Amino acid sequence: MPDLGLEVLFKGTNMLRLLGGLGVALKISLIAVAISIPLGILLGSLMTWKNPVARAILRLYLETVRIMPQLVLLFLVYFGTTRWFGWNLSGELASIIVFVFWGAAEMSDLVRGALISIPRHQYESAEVLGLNKVQTYVFVIIPQTVRRLIPLSINLITRMIKTTSLILMIGVIEAMKVGQQIIEANRMSSPNAAFGIYLAVFFLYFIACWPISLLAGYLERRWKN
Amino acid sequence: MAETLLTINELVKQYGDKVILNGMNLEVHRGEVIVVVGPSGCGKSTLLRCINALEPIQGGEIRLGDEKIVYGSKNLSSIRQHIGMVFQSYDLFPHLTVIDNILLAPTKVQKRNKAEATEEAMQLLDRVGLRDKAKSYPRELSGGQKQRVAIVRALIMHPEILLFDEVTAALDPEMVREVLDVIVGLAQENKTMIIVTHEMSFAKAVADRVIFLDEGHIVEESSPDVFFEHPETERAQQFLNTFEFTPVKHPAQN
Repeated sequence: MPDLGLEVLFKGTNMLRLLGGLGVALKISLIAVAISIPLGILLGSLMTWKNPVARAILRLYLETVRIMPQLVLLFLVYFGTTRWFGWNLSGELASIIVFVFWGAAEMSDLVRGALISIPRHQYESAEVLGLNKVQTYVFVIIPQTVRRLIPLSINLITRMIKTTSLILMIGVIEAMKVGQQIIEANRMSSPNAAFGIYLAVFFLYFIACWPISLLAGYLERRWKN
Repeated sequence: MAETLLTINELVKQYGDKVILNGMNLEVHRGEVIVVVGPSGCGKSTLLRCINALEPIQGGEIRLGDEKIVYGSKNLSSIRQHIGMVFQSYDLFPHLTVIDNILLAPTKVQKRNKAEATEEAMQLLDRVGLRDKAKSYPRELSGGQKQRVAIVRALIMHPEILLFDEVTAALDPEMVREVLDVIVGLAQENKTMIIVTHEMSFAKAVADRVIFLDEGHIVEESSPDVFFEHPETERAQQFLNTFEFTPVKHPAQN
């Protein structure tokens, strides 16, 4: 077996430090998820409205987020706000802002898609039975929308967790950064540590995302109709 | 003659510049079965949708008893409880079981007691032969079964009038019968109904009056015997001819 420098993992508190890095990544992504999901639901509902101004603004927002690499967004918010407004945002706060900006856009598009995928005759059948607008949404439309939405938004959560591997670029000490620090510190004693450490980081992300992914798959199968 | 239940007076319906219904008049009496036939695009379905205020109208008025049916008005929910409607597409709510589909409106709109409504729902399901499907989801049912559930869902509201919009048009031929038999049963009970259909022999069997609609007008209105055997207008004759085929492979011997 080739030397992967795995022994570095068990040196001192390296393992704990890596886990701590993952904790930072998870904390940032989960805070962002908690904010961007309700925000996305709100924006997505607005997108189905007929108001052309609201639609145009939301469209522009969505397209901007889509064409901008997340790394560029991170730089813009982290360095840009300092230069333009003199703010001194912490890396973590800048990351959360970018992830919310990005996540809310993605989520709003999912919500919009789920809402317009409910056929018109579902609304009409409810109306014809005498249900009023609120009852139609509460008993007929929202339950169906949520069933379509939950697997998709869970996938969005895993994507957010994975994308935290970029935030080391604005100085946040998350799993990737901790990994790099460990590798640097052991360059002389274990020159192959990069393999073992990145392998460990890979497994950490895997352990964090896989159960979420399984849950999405499970819900998707359960609610298939 | 029985009292007039539904009155349609000079109804005009347009989509933009396209006139779908052009000054239509119709009176439906209690216990009467009206079958509406006509070429596709003649406004049959639109007529039913206007009666239920799913579409705004551009002229004339529609009344159920003494109450005017106005698109977007506040009392629409209460009027709609008196009008049952079944669509062509399978319109059951996919996230609810059969029994929950049926009970949604009686318990949430009419605020009826759940146990009492459930009992009636089971009786109605029994009648259409689907008692054992109460706990199934719509996706587990065939098209014909779904339409029978949709009929039960309309019936449990005790509507004064039932509207059927080509309810068998999307079904496989062998499932058409089981759905139409249910409607025939309702006709025998003297339910008031307006039925849009392409099933001519069914129309002949259940109709008190047949209305032939073309280009937004009632072209012909007569009893089924007269309409199907001796239509008065040439247009109706042409239409009926589209359902006939002359044998070409084995011509009659004479």
